[in-house]
Formats: sequence, structure tokens, C-alpha cells
Amino acid sequence: MTMNADYLELSDVRVVFDGFVAVDGVSMTVLQGELRFLIGPNGAGKTTLVDAITGLAPATGSVRFGRTELIGKKVHQIARLGVGRTFQTATVFEELTVLQNLDIAAGAGRRPVSLLRSRRAVPPEVEQTMETIGLAGLRDQQAGVLAHGQKQWLEIGMLLVQDARVLLLDEPVAGMSADERTQTGELLRRIGAERTVVVVEHDMDFMRSFASSVTVLHAGKVLSEGKVAQVQADPRVQEVYLGHAEVTS
Amino acid sequence: MRHTSAGQSRSNYGALCGLLLGALALLVVAPAVLSDFRLSLLGRFVCYAIVAVGIGLAWGRGGMLTLGQGVFFGLGGYVMAFHLKLADAGPSGVPDFMLLYGSGHLPFWWEPFRSPVVTLLGVILIPSLVAFGLGIAIFRRRVRGAYFAILSQALAAAFTILLIGQQVTLGGFNGLNGFRSFFGFNLYDPVNKRMLFYIAAVILLITLAVVWQLYRSRYGELLIAVRDQEERVRFLGYDPANIKLVAYVLAAAMAGIAGALFVPIVGIISPANVGVVPSIAFLIGVAIGGRATLFGPVLGAIAVAWAQTALSESFPSFWSYFQGALFVLVIAFLPAGLSSVSLLRGSWQRRQRFGTRAGRMAAPQADAAPSLPSESGLSGISAGSETGQ
Repeated sequence: MTMNADYLELSDVRVVFDGFVAVDGVSMTVLQGELRFLIGPNGAGKTTLVDAITGLAPATGSVRFGRTELIGKKVHQIARLGVGRTFQTATVFEELTVLQNLDIAAGAGRRPVSLLRSRRAVPPEVEQTMETIGLAGLRDQQAGVLAHGQKQWLEIGMLLVQDARVLLLDEPVAGMSADERTQTGELLRRIGAERTVVVVEHDMDFMRSFASSVTVLHAGKVLSEGKVAQVQADPRVQEVYLGHAEVTS
Repeated sequence: MRHTSAGQSRSNYGALCGLLLGALALLVVAPAVLSDFRLSLLGRFVCYAIVAVGIGLAWGRGGMLTLGQGVFFGLGGYVMAFHLKLADAGPSGVPDFMLLYGSGHLPFWWEPFRSPVVTLLGVILIPSLVAFGLGIAIFRRRVRGAYFAILSQALAAAFTILLIGQQVTLGGFNGLNGFRSFFGFNLYDPVNKRMLFYIAAVILLITLAVVWQLYRSRYGELLIAVRDQEERVRFLGYDPANIKLVAYVLAAAMAGIAGALFVPIVGIISPANVGVVPSIAFLIGVAIGGRATLFGPVLGAIAVAWAQTALSESFPSFWSYFQGALFVLVIAFLPAGLSSVSLLRGSWQRRQRFGTRAGRMAAPQADAAPSLPSESGLSGISAGSETGQ
């Protein structure tokens, strides 16, 4: 697995906003098949790091996906290279149906002229993904009326049909019920086997259940990294989270 | 799946019926019942309707509040007017107003429009190219929303100032008028005026058909996606600037064609036809009719223009108050326009149907163990509202 070229490698990534250092020299490597959780207190720079990887925040240093350098590329170019992300608040196209949402996500490589035709048949990857995310029965439902959890699954589904090799998920289970969390975790495990998945999360129970490895960010720097147990035992992590009952509960 | 195709074919059927009805009304009924004067009036409204179709595409579907379509309308109109003036003046002649106000020399940039082919191409290409250049500059810089609206409005204002300043070459405040012929046809002949109406009506139907195909296409879905979540589309690997550009350029081309038809039908093009006020007037009909629908903009534009004529014939100073009040009422109570009355009913019916469909679906879904069962998802509407933090 470590031999595979599909990995995400960050070295010395820095993001500075008007003199404020949001991300301060982060280096980490996430391999294919790994379910990496990115945790840390508020303001640690987790979302900013995801923004930097996806081209939304201006960054220095190096973010390599396989052999390709991502820093300096535009958002849509990075997306086309196979790096997909979701947002803290589920952003789906509410006036379009589940099927249309997925079809758009599947279509970034379509030739412009082919866009002018209507959809004759459902593309196989869209059909398959609707099954994977459990929304096949709701395919003609407008995304706006889906439940919160279903919207998050639809977003993850959009990354799957986009054929993202790297999935960056920003708090995918926030606001979900316990059942939905478990289902989401199992979904991530299933799809993560052949992809590289990074999850930004506050929910420590969720992390303990599903993380294969953890990176702890604090004040824009990597504080600790390793297996869940290792990280939890790290005294520096306990210090940062002192007063945050989450990590020890 | 069956549901989709049934729903799609139903809406296709509706649109096709609408197009046929429109063709019947414009090409058969209107010429039979209307006097020549009223028919030519309707021809003018049809020109506005063509602009409205474009605004529906750019604003209703693409979210670009174009308050400056008068610019493109004017570009098409002036290009056509150049040709008509030159044709009236004869093979090497100079338009009458230039002899009156200027030195009698034809500016070099008028010269190409002696050719009918160059004129017809110019009517479409000049507004398109201007929109393309503007669009690239605006959308690449991610100018949108109110800023885009203000920018487009300012363009219309600047365009009129430019036109008014060019007394010698563009007729200034008076614009260009007094056309006698249209590609060799005498414009004073009622038969030829009818022909102009037919041309405008057919072009309106063609633009509707083009936009209908766009709305059915994947591009149409993508345009809605860009309107509602531009950033999200970017993260799917598309450049939203290009998607918006297509709709903006098409809307500009439609406005240009409408302007070119307006010139022989109405007999004048002047800064008063292309400035800020007409640009807003174009928009009001679209808003009232329903900007995101296929036929709403057309019906709205024709209805508002007709009401304006009818009311200002009886109450000359009353119209602008009425127009303002109507606009306020529609925006306040029917933000999606009058055609949303039926849309609202449709979505309510769909919701009713979905309620029963979902109930039936929960059972077979639960058997499919490896997939995420949607039963919990459906109950999750309430569960999801308790926050996880």
C-alpha cells in the first residue's frame, strides 16, 4: 500500500492572512487507504489547511498529490486532478434533484458541446454512487428537501462520481444523529479503502471509532501524529485539550 | 427512473404545446384580428420579448442581474440603423443628418455596414463580442450579485452618454431615424410592415426553442448550479466564469437581434431606447412574468409593454406609478413572478406525493443491508436538527 503513488504529501505549508499565521509550517503524509483525522481546538487551522490544499487559501510550501504540485493551481484545476472536498455546511444544489447533483459532479470532463444535449441515460458511475450513498430511492427528489445527513451523503457521493482520489471532508458528521454518524463512518470506511481520506472533525467518539490515524493541529502547527491511542496518550495533546472534556471522555 | 422520464416528458410536452400555441397566436391569430397599427405595435413588444428571453436565461437561470441589456439592444439597433441609413443614401451617399450637422464625410467605421452581410453578422457578433470581453473581465474577477448589477447599469448610462455626445456620427440625442427601406423593401408599404412582424415573431419562437433546449440540457442544470452555489461548482472542477459567459453572451446576442428588428419596425433608434430606463423596463417584464421559467419572461414583457401602451393612451402621466407598484407587489409577494403561482401549486402537489412515496419506500430499502438505509435518513430531518457540538 505504501508503494502506491496516490498519496498526499504536505511539506512546510504556510498560510498567512494579513500578518496572521493561520497555518505555520505543516508537514504530513497521508497514504492511500488511510482514514486520517485532523483534529485540534478551534482556530488550530484545520479548515484553513484544507483550503490551502484545495487552492482556496493562498499558501506557500508544497502540497504534492502523487507527483503533481498543487500549490499555485486554481481551484477547478485542483478539483480536476482528483482532489475533492466538502464543506462544514452541506452545499448541494438545492433546486436540482439528487440525480442532477451527481450528474453535474460526474461531468467536469465532458466536452462543452456535449453539455448542450440533455441527459439520455444515467451514467453508470452515478447509478452506482446513488446505491453506495443510499439515495437511489430519492433520485428525483430535490436536494433541498433532503434531511441534513442525506445532504452530507450526497456531497460525499458527488466526490465519488467526480472520481476524487483524495477526499477532504470538513466536519462530515456535525449535526448528525448517532445512527447517521455510524452510517457515515461505515460509508467512509468502504470508500476509503482505495482512496486517500482526510476528515476534519470535532467529534471524538466518531474519531475513535473510525480513524486509522490522527494528526493534531494546534496554533497552525502539527502537535502530534500517529495512531489514535498514541495521540491520546501524548501529554502535549492532553495539555492543549485541557478543559476540553472531549479527548478524555 | 420512470418518474424522471415521465416528469421530463410531461414538461417537454408542456413546452412544445406552449411553443405551438405561441406560434398560432403570433402567426395566425394576431395578423387576422389586429389592425396594421396594432400589429406593428405588437411587433415592437415582440422585440422586447426577445430581449426578455435572454434576460430570463442570464438572470433567471444564471443569476446575473443584467441591468444593462439596453447596451446590447442598442449595439444591434445602431448597426442595423447604419445599414438602413446608408442604403437610403444610395451607393456612395452620405446619410442625411451628416450633411445637416457635419462636414458631409462618412466616418470610416460606417463604411463596412453598406454590406447587408456585414450588417447581419454585425447585429449578432458585435453585441456578442462586447459581452464576451466584458464577461471575461467581470466573471474572472468574480464580480457578482449587486456589484454586477450596478456595473451593468453603469455601462448603460455610459453608453447613452457616448451616443448623445456623437451628434455628427451617431445622430446624438435624436438618434437615427427616417428609414425608408429595409433590404430593398419599402417601409411605408403595409405588406412589408406585416412581413417585419412575421420575421420578429419567428425569431422570437426560435430564441424560445434555443433556450428551451438549453434548459433541458446538462448545461441548463449546470447554470442553475452556478447560480445557487458558484463556489461548489468550482470545487467540482468547472470554471463557473465560462458557464456564466455562455449565458451572458447568448443574452447579449438576443438583445442585439431584438434591437436590429426594433429599428425597421419602430423607425427609430435613439439614446432614449437603449439607456438606463429602457434597460430596467426590459427587466420588469421578466420579473413579473417569472424569470426562471421558459415562457414567463415573454408573457411578462409583452403584458407590461401592452399595459404601458394602453394605460399611457388613457392616463399619460399615470403609467410609471403603476409600473413601480406592480414591480413592488410582484417582488414582495411573488418573487418568482406570476408564473410561480402554478409552480407553487405544483411543488405542493409533489410534496404530497413524495410523502406517500417515501412511506412505501422505507420497507424495501431497509432490506438492502450494505447500503445506507434511508429510513433513518427520513426520520433524520428531526434528528439532524439537534446540533452535535
